Amino acid sequence: MFELLGIPPQALFGQLLLGLINGSFYAMLSLGLAIIFGLLNIINFTHGAQYMLGAFVAYLLLQYLGVGYWGALLLAPIIVGAFGIVLERLMISKLYHLDHLYGLLLTFGLALILQGLLRNEFGISGLPYNIPSQLSGGQNLGFMFLPNYRGWVVVASVIVCFGTWFMIEKTRLGAYLRAGTENPTLVGAFGINVPRMITLTYGFGVALAAFAGVLAAPIYSVNPNMGAELIIVVFAVVVIGGMGSILGAILTGFGLGIVEGLTRVFYPEGSSVVIFVIMAIVLLVKPAGLFGRTA
Amino acid sequence: MADAMLQERRDANTQGALLKVSNLEGWYGESHVLHGINFDVRQGEVVTLLGRNGAGKTTTLKAIMGILGKRKGSVVFDGTELIKLPARAIARLGVGYVPEERGIFASLSVDENMMLPPQVKPGGMSVEQIFELFPNLKERRNSQGTKLSGGEQQMLAIGRILRTGAKMILMDEPTEGLAPVIVQQIGRTLEWLKRDGYTIVLVEQNFRFAASVADRHYVVDQGKVVDMIPNEDLEANMEKLHAYLGV
Repeated sequence: MFELLGIPPQALFGQLLLGLINGSFYAMLSLGLAIIFGLLNIINFTHGAQYMLGAFVAYLLLQYLGVGYWGALLLAPIIVGAFGIVLERLMISKLYHLDHLYGLLLTFGLALILQGLLRNEFGISGLPYNIPSQLSGGQNLGFMFLPNYRGWVVVASVIVCFGTWFMIEKTRLGAYLRAGTENPTLVGAFGINVPRMITLTYGFGVALAAFAGVLAAPIYSVNPNMGAELIIVVFAVVVIGGMGSILGAILTGFGLGIVEGLTRVFYPEGSSVVIFVIMAIVLLVKPAGLFGRTA
Repeated sequence: MADAMLQERRDANTQGALLKVSNLEGWYGESHVLHGINFDVRQGEVVTLLGRNGAGKTTTLKAIMGILGKRKGSVVFDGTELIKLPARAIARLGVGYVPEERGIFASLSVDENMMLPPQVKPGGMSVEQIFELFPNLKERRNSQGTKLSGGEQQMLAIGRILRTGAKMILMDEPTEGLAPVIVQQIGRTLEWLKRDGYTIVLVEQNFRFAASVADRHYVVDQGKVVDMIPNEDLEANMEKLHAYLGV
């Protein structure tokens, strides 16, 4: 077998794949955050908890109703998205006229409550969730072994991310959303129901997080803290990509996952901080983020 | 029978005033800007609000449209009281708004900007008709909205409202900062709209432009309507008007 810079290819591609998997989750979560921030001007700190809820709903659907992975992939985003809509209507919507900080505090508090409740009920050791039988096993690609499920996660995430991008950038509905992000008052003065649009957008962003949570359940175990650990990195991704840029969130998510994977190969000690180092550099050089528009 | 009576009453109403603004007060945050605006506009009329900078003309349009934070008094359009309604409901009744800053969306193409306001009443113009009116826009359909020149953005801001079927249009300084040739084109458009039966409330600083298109002029000063001058009496009232406007 050949070697690359003294690294066996299995290790290199293995870490690249791992990076791509992490990047898939970064991309899906930062995409949701970017959409929500764009229209609501709320930094949704509950996002990690909503991702975790997606995984838990999948677990509970299986335990109590016998609904398997594929059903959960559809149902969990709907259930958690609906929960998000209730949250937006009852609480978040009361804060739009106040400073960003209040929305941040509220959503952060909600995340702590959700995590605490589930920790109390299920502990922190993690609950197993099996890979669906159709996606068990893997492919030997010669230079590496590709587990089917991980391949599926990357494909599903790419489809969802670019589907969302297409919907926002290329459709009539997306035009409403973009216009609402720019000037909600004028969009309302044209006869469009902006509050409803805001509610549905929040629900969609939350559903996206829950979808990612279901995808994650068979890879990482279902754990009340799974979102809290991930969301810190995702916020760094959002800062690097630039708040509010849809394509920026997607590309930065995948890109940083890969960078992280490569760091794990070439300088393992740095792998857990590399994203934060990049964030610091980006903030110094281009404070609005790589794809951000300066206001 | 009841329907016929209702229709008759509605006809009588529209022959009276399509828009009747009474004792309209408005606030920007804590500052009280409108102190009791009174005026009315008949069906098919073009009426201007004239006045110095900061007199409250733009605020009056915003208050009618429902996008001013706090307002009270009465705004009756086509028999419906608007003062408690949200902006989107006012738009749905057939009130179109062309804001001062034009409100062209940077993240939308010219086409998307054109298609953004939903149709609120039947009888709006088709996109093809609007492009006939403003041929410049057609060539630039796929450009980013804010890449257009100021004049083209103004045409887009007017054009997209004509699609919606709104029959009363609130226009805030459509000629501001535009070259004379573009101002003429906007003027021709307004004349055309007037012939077509549109009712227009126009805020204007460009006095000569206002005189060329309007039926009546209301003078706004310090948040109140202080005078009304029919366009035919304009010459006779020039001196008074200059005093009002401080020119």
